[in-house]
Amino acid sequence: MNKIIAGATVQVNEEGYLTDFPQWNKEIGTALALEADINMTPRHWEVIDYLQGEFKNESPLSIRKIGKSGVVDIKEFYQLFPMAPLKTASKIAGIPKPASCI
Amino acid sequence: MSEYNGEIRKMMIILSKATLENVYAAFVLANGARMEGIEAEMFFTFFGLEAIHKEKLEHLHIATVGNPAMHMPTMLGGLPGMEALATHMMKKEMERIDMPDVHEFLDILTASGVKLWACKLAMDMFHYKKEDMYDDIDGVITVGDFYKQGSGIGTHMLFI
Repeated sequence: MNKIIAGATVQVNEEGYLTDFPQWNKEIGTALALEADINMTPRHWEVIDYLQGEFKNESPLSIRKIGKSGVVDIKEFYQLFPMAPLKTASKIAGIPKPASCI
Repeated sequence: MSEYNGEIRKMMIILSKATLENVYAAFVLANGARMEGIEAEMFFTFFGLEAIHKEKLEHLHIATVGNPAMHMPTMLGGLPGMEALATHMMKKEMERIDMPDVHEFLDILTASGVKLWACKLAMDMFHYKKEDMYDDIDGVITVGDFYKQGSGIGTHMLFI
């Protein structure tokens, strides 16, 4: 389905995740973050950059992997994205919902 | 019910066993709750205490006896070294699917905000001291204290 975010029309699924990553830009990310009550800081963007990099490498994400990323530790990850961090951060990053249980 | 639509807000998970498959089930459930934005607390009682006992947590085994899902005769499962072999094989598979070992999993749980409680009664029974346990447990408490921790709307309790 289509959704207008930050003035742009983008494709999203029923849970609000972007389905076409090339449509993503930083303004859309900022708007999606606000929907989750998160004000983006440079630290948030560093994490988002990392997630998008992993997505481009087709490397599946998990909490354990975040902890070993060298970009952010698990504790800070939960502080930056307090509710359901991996899902929320993935949504902001414009990438699919991770299918990981760990 | 209508106020919060029946959603789960907090999982209180009681672990009473020390076989690897039960310990992992409890850990995955607690971690999975946090990943969904649900609070989680764990209560380690009886043999479950081994999962947070510094000297024991690295040496937990899966059960080869009395476990029909192993698909081997009980007599065979009881042979010396059989548990170690089955455990070794399972640990290899777990590493393949990116499952952390017990100590690392405890680190992940505490970093994710899961509270870890040791059962006072069981600690006394096994003569364990707080210093014997994983450093980041939140405390040694009674079952009453644990129930108190679980008060509030949308709390669910699970016994493993």
